[in-house]
Amino acid sequence: MIPLSHTLIVAAILFSISLAGMFLNRKNVLILLMCIELMLLSVNLNFIAFSHYLNDLGGQLFVFFILTVAAAEAAIGLAILVTMFRNRRTINVQNLDSLKG
Amino acid sequence: MMSAFEIARPEIFLLIAACVVLLLDLFVGKNARVVTYLATQASLLTTALLIYSSSFNQEMKVVGLDRMYVLDELAGFLKISIVGFAMLSFIYARKYLRDQNLWRGEFFVLGMTSVLGMLIMSSGYNLLVLYLGLEVLSLSMYALVALHRDNGKAIEAAMKYFILGAVGSGMLLYGMSLLYGISGGLGVDHLSTFFNAQPANDVKVLFALTFIVAGLAFKLGAVPFHMWLPDVYQGAPTAVTLFLGSAPKVAAFALVMRILAEGLGSVEESWSQMLMVLGLLSIIVGNLFAVAQHNMKRMLAYSTISHMGFIIMGVITSSHIGYSAAMFYVVTYALMSAAAFALLILLSRTGYEAETLDDLKGLNERSPWLAFLVMLMMLSMMGFPLTVGFYSKLAVIQAVVGKELVWPAVIMVVMSVVGAFYYLRVLKLMYFEKPADNTTIDVGIDFYGVLSVNSLLLLGLGVFPGGLMALCSAVLSASQL
Repeated sequence: MIPLSHTLIVAAILFSISLAGMFLNRKNVLILLMCIELMLLSVNLNFIAFSHYLNDLGGQLFVFFILTVAAAEAAIGLAILVTMFRNRRTINVQNLDSLKG
Repeated sequence: MMSAFEIARPEIFLLIAACVVLLLDLFVGKNARVVTYLATQASLLTTALLIYSSSFNQEMKVVGLDRMYVLDELAGFLKISIVGFAMLSFIYARKYLRDQNLWRGEFFVLGMTSVLGMLIMSSGYNLLVLYLGLEVLSLSMYALVALHRDNGKAIEAAMKYFILGAVGSGMLLYGMSLLYGISGGLGVDHLSTFFNAQPANDVKVLFALTFIVAGLAFKLGAVPFHMWLPDVYQGAPTAVTLFLGSAPKVAAFALVMRILAEGLGSVEESWSQMLMVLGLLSIIVGNLFAVAQHNMKRMLAYSTISHMGFIIMGVITSSHIGYSAAMFYVVTYALMSAAAFALLILLSRTGYEAETLDDLKGLNERSPWLAFLVMLMMLSMMGFPLTVGFYSKLAVIQAVVGKELVWPAVIMVVMSVVGAFYYLRVLKLMYFEKPADNTTIDVGIDFYGVLSVNSLLLLGLGVFPGGLMALCSAVLSASQL
């Protein structure tokens, strides 16, 4: 039996990796989308661990909804990415700089 | 006795109406698109009537759908204002969409789904439902910002909004998962009973609250999580910016009230400190950065950040007076912001988007009445006496001082004075400079009429704020807040 704290630590590490990836990444927008997915998955891990620990189904139910929302979110994110590529012929993060002031 | 789904009747109606409008739009041609527009407005009006008929004739709150959904006067009031602001934005958007070749059915359908998300946010009584409402709103909004798909700036704004919005949701979710682990349940009522028995300033609770507050701050656009807001306001088509700047602010306030005030009200000292820092930073950064802006949309974005700071300061007092002041503020702010962006729509025309301060030069010579309306908007945003902006700022500052937070109140007042600089600059450009272009401003009488009523309301509510304030206060006390 894996203790709760171990799962929580793994989830926290995954969450930190995704946040760090978001802010350290200077190259590709796709990597940002991956980081977003990783962030949602780390939350899922948290929910499942708590759900198992508390013997409560609410958390597992939440996970199904998060997975669905993540799919919808990825669809919209990729759609925006495609239009961006069509407009600029690049998906480099550094080129996202026309709006500033 | 209500049947199980009756509690969500307006939302179910709106969902069906959105699907019908989506189908209807396929069958009307480009020249008959006004049918889509009218159908949208009619469905929103019906939704508002349904909300009105269901929310205000019972004594107290009704909780239904497995304790996941709540119907109280707070939800009713916020929902009616959300639908009202959405209708107002669509009236203004009509001219802009026609001129900029964006007159497509998607705008209205996505607008309706985002209204649906906002309604769910104001009525959710479970973290899951609140999260889903937030996502319905956000996902529709990402697509709306990207509506102008051949415009590089709009797409860039959509990308930034999408990524930072997703990070905000992720933070909020992580906080929710920790709250679930601590309390063992997801219901707002469960949280409030659990934390009533819990000592405040527990490290676990503080850890969870950090993420919840950060996520909410992302959604509100509070400093230091405000990076997306100026870019999105500037890049998005003005009609979308108008929509984004009015109704969703009310919904974000509803979310804050449900999670922080209702669910976590008893551990108020843990979150109010964090939120106060964010609120004060927003007021300072928003006002200071707005001074340096030349782009009007960007200037209004920074002014939004500072107004959000004021709303946060009302919430952190976690008193009845503070909550009512914040609610009054958010509703009147949405009204001001709608008017200000409508002005930019009014000055735009086919192939030309008015968005810099130069477009306002000499407005008095071009149209004295319009210049007068803009003067009302700017004075109201600035907080000039006799306009509603003055009263809403006063009410928040009163609540803050009532909590014996004197130095934050001083910062708020000083920063309002700094803010006066950039609002007055607009007045100077309008009245004392020569117009840069002399094209006549021609818009439909409906647009002009609505804009006039909207701006005069800012004056009317400023002279007689008592009615709306009493309504806010009554609605909150009905929900025991």
